[in-house]
Amino acid sequence: MVTHENGGGHGQHQPPSGFIRKYVFSVDHKVIGIQYLTLALFSVFVGMALSLLMRLHLAWPNTHWFFFKGGLMTPEQYLALVTMHGTIMIFMVLTTAPQSGYGNYFLPIQIGAADMAFPVINMLSFWTTFVSLMVMVAAFFVAGGAPLGGWTSYPPLSALGEITGPGQGAGETLWIVGLAIFCAASLMGALNFITTLIDLRAKGMTLGRLPLTCWTWLVTAILGLLAFGVLLAACILLLLDRIAGTSFFIPGGLVITDQVITWHKGGSPLLWQHLFWFFGHPEVYIAILPGMGVTSHLLSTFARKPVFGYRAMVGAVCAIGFLGFCVWGHHMFVSGMSPYSAFAFSILTMTIGVPSAIKTFNWLGTLWGGKIEFNCAMLFALGFVSLFVSGGLSGLFLAQPSLDLYLHDTYFVIAHFHLIMGVAAIFGMFAGAYFWFPKMFGKFLNEGIGKVHFWLTFAGVYCIFMPMHFLGLAGHPRRYFDASAVTFLQKLQPVHVFMTIAAIVTIAAQLLFLYNIIWSLIAGKEAKEENPWHATTLEWSIPSPPPHDNFGGVEPVVYHGPYEFSVPGAADDFIPQHLAPNLVRKA
Amino acid sequence: MLSRRLERGSTSVALAFAVFLVIMTVVTVYIFWAKVWWFPAAINDIGHEIDAQFMRTLLITGIVFVAAQLGLAYVIFKYRDQGQKAASFEGNNTMEIVWTLATIVLFVGLGLYARNAWAQVHFTDAAPGALQIEVTGQQFVWNFRYAGPDGKFGREKPELVSASTGNPVGLDPTDPASKDDVVSPVIAVPAGREVELVIRSQDVTHSFFVRELRLKQDAVPGMEIHMHFTANDPGDYEIVCAQLCGLGHYRMHSVLSVMSEADFQKWMRDQEAANQ
Amino acid sequence: MPGTIVDDLEIIDAGHGGGTTPPAGGDDDSGSSGPLRPVPRRAYFTALQLGLAAIVMFFMALASSYIVRKGLGMDWQSTPLPPVLWFNTAILLASSVTIMVARKKLVGGEREAFRSWWWVTTGLGLLFLAGQIIAWRQLAAAGMLLATNPSSSFFYLLTAAHGAHLAGGILALFYVMFRPWKRSRISQATAAELTSIYWHFMDGLWIFLFALLTLGR
Repeated sequence: MVTHENGGGHGQHQPPSGFIRKYVFSVDHKVIGIQYLTLALFSVFVGMALSLLMRLHLAWPNTHWFFFKGGLMTPEQYLALVTMHGTIMIFMVLTTAPQSGYGNYFLPIQIGAADMAFPVINMLSFWTTFVSLMVMVAAFFVAGGAPLGGWTSYPPLSALGEITGPGQGAGETLWIVGLAIFCAASLMGALNFITTLIDLRAKGMTLGRLPLTCWTWLVTAILGLLAFGVLLAACILLLLDRIAGTSFFIPGGLVITDQVITWHKGGSPLLWQHLFWFFGHPEVYIAILPGMGVTSHLLSTFARKPVFGYRAMVGAVCAIGFLGFCVWGHHMFVSGMSPYSAFAFSILTMTIGVPSAIKTFNWLGTLWGGKIEFNCAMLFALGFVSLFVSGGLSGLFLAQPSLDLYLHDTYFVIAHFHLIMGVAAIFGMFAGAYFWFPKMFGKFLNEGIGKVHFWLTFAGVYCIFMPMHFLGLAGHPRRYFDASAVTFLQKLQPVHVFMTIAAIVTIAAQLLFLYNIIWSLIAGKEAKEENPWHATTLEWSIPSPPPHDNFGGVEPVVYHGPYEFSVPGAADDFIPQHLAPNLVRKA
Repeated sequence: MLSRRLERGSTSVALAFAVFLVIMTVVTVYIFWAKVWWFPAAINDIGHEIDAQFMRTLLITGIVFVAAQLGLAYVIFKYRDQGQKAASFEGNNTMEIVWTLATIVLFVGLGLYARNAWAQVHFTDAAPGALQIEVTGQQFVWNFRYAGPDGKFGREKPELVSASTGNPVGLDPTDPASKDDVVSPVIAVPAGREVELVIRSQDVTHSFFVRELRLKQDAVPGMEIHMHFTANDPGDYEIVCAQLCGLGHYRMHSVLSVMSEADFQKWMRDQEAANQ
Repeated sequence: MPGTIVDDLEIIDAGHGGGTTPPAGGDDDSGSSGPLRPVPRRAYFTALQLGLAAIVMFFMALASSYIVRKGLGMDWQSTPLPPVLWFNTAILLASSVTIMVARKKLVGGEREAFRSWWWVTTGLGLLFLAGQIIAWRQLAAAGMLLATNPSSSFFYLLTAAHGAHLAGGILALFYVMFRPWKRSRISQATAAELTSIYWHFMDGLWIFLFALLTLGR
């Protein structure tokens, strides 16, 4: 019998006994996947609550709320919410759930492996992420509160300590440390994902037979592997500027409220922006790529048709991954960067629209001629396509430096990235949730509640984020505590009110999702069949929920591509990947 | 063994989805078309150029948006589950090549087309005779400095900066060139004359943004960034800070007054008189 | 890609060899007889290479910051490097040789010689770190502290970052020596090979950083 490296003596394929080993410090990729998803679910509700507070304030700035000291929000509270909403959503939700959550659970199963290559590292990766979340959230509870520099934390605002504002002291330090810890966790995760995918595929699972979900998890992991080290370096430099008196990012001769900063000189604020966005742009693809994978997977499964242009889809994902490293400068068109490099970045950014368009065409091609089944999973996948188009097209404006002169740092940008990286990615996660829940827990999520959840969310997010484009066109800058000082902002107030009402409805709908999870776990319809959706990939060849070592100690053999639906000559409209050719029933 | 979980009501869901997409598309297009919320009229030539590029981009993205959303609505409704058999094709290389090339031409072409406006803003320097104004951002005000009659900016020292005693940019009184410098919390410029801004910051990064000029430029501490424009239409235009700079970011606000040449000269004389 | 059943039959032959090949019977899977394959030996090498790629990105970020910051620098004053660094470099290069010898002995079955050479390598690694600390102390004594000048900031930062990674290598050296390999998923020889790849890499990384610090002063 083979033993685990550190994971607990003999019996790799025996489930561990004892609550702690089984559910807390588990090395089972499925448990870790659920831990990640739970962490993301907790974080997404925290992040939403923060955004709700912001929206309430923006819509009704003079209304007294019992939850603010003195009834009204202060600028420092507002900016702390801005920072923490962005940070928690991007790192703890969009980075963890689609990749570390679903990926952990389903990547090994979909490629026919018993676990990740390094289960102990996998466990460490989750608990490091958990520590990182705790450190970041702790920023709320220290003197001065959470940092107010936004999730991009540009120095010198973030580098000089409390003199630049409350929250820039201990809160900002905790934020940077938390982020650095998160980098370490993500690096461990990425390393594990790639190794598993390269070396642990079952017999017959060629690269050409990988489900598109696995392809996107692979490319996402590569992006993480190459990007998080750079963010870690940037965090260390920023931390040294703050606590050790170095001047990497802080120029000389600064005067803050009439006080001259004499102990720093010569640093470059733009250096941070380059390092941060070299990480930051791949990060947005880290958030969205797994959603693309799930969407492709589900469109094929529920249109009962093969994916249109599988190779083009794989190529597009790889191209997005590669180009993702070449376009960071488009976040810096008005930063004072050389205008010539800005133009080069602009053209590269326009190029990255091409693989995105290819994916959209192929999704429509996949649906074309299909037999579309509208369950909640499919509805969210279709919603993803619509949102991806809506959110992606505004990128074509922002990619042009001459238009960015106006649109940069306005609500137009917020609209763009929320639609494509926030909401579309979340739709990918919801699609995955409705699709995989029966496999993970042996119970279906309730379809009725799910449909209500879908429609409220779909309509809700369009009502929140479409109007943001118009705020941006009217020139409304981001991260504004209120509009009182600027005349042209005041007539935009009705838009804020409308968006806030939409946000309240949308957030309420998410409680429905939470209720659905709890209700379905207790009293949901049993998923008795192994393969209730008549899907093809390997997770549907094993019981729900899967046993400890996934395949009962027997390694699966793969005979088919991932999307063999409606194959001519076959009796059923799907051929599972593991089904031996002689067992395929002929029509 | 293969008992399908038949989804009843497939038609009604498909219809609802399609109708939703159509309504969403129509409403979005209408609000863009009607320009309910829109940018204000541009007051400089570059602004008009940028607006033209914006409209080109809007036209292309608008067509793609409508085509994609309605296309999605169409396939969703057309290919809903009615018990038919799904097709089995797996792709079409010709189509892949065609739409790849088409999008490359369209997107990259659009990007190249946008070069003109950008080049006018950033690839050229201001003409030698342009009126130079130094813009300094600090938490949370803008200060504008004119060189005064001698045409020379005097020396500044960080340690002399004192907003409370009326020296917000730290002019050094021992430098004769600084004596006649005019520092103002608002900026006035003559219509039709080119203005060159030298944008700087004293503390953290700010961003100088005037909607009507279609111009935005970060004010980065440690850097002096030049930007030039010629405003044509007299009037008062709001200046805001577009880069998060701290607690008062939202109230970091000033006014750009574009005046006739005569009015500007008068304004300048008044400022100089107040300076004495 | 397969579209019909007939197509499938052709693909299946390719399929059997196309995924992961069965383990080559390396030293890692002694005793594995279950139908489910254990993690193959080469997974460790894959993971190591990926880890090194991440480390490269980390140091490239620091190195490009170094170059950018120096290029800006009105205030850049080159830090005089303590001569002890040359000695340290020689030590580290020597340790790369000794770890190679140690591995050769292990492959040749000379366990005692392996142990000796492995200990020598560990000792040289510790000596290198001690030498780096001496260099720090000399610089500090000369008044060049972390925040004195950007060039000294980078000197301390780069040497500390490299030192931390090398200390990880030293832990691995001890680990290879003391771990009860009988009960492990991989053999001592595999672990020694992985450690030596990492060690050589740290050696090369130091040469790069030293060159950067010397030539890019």
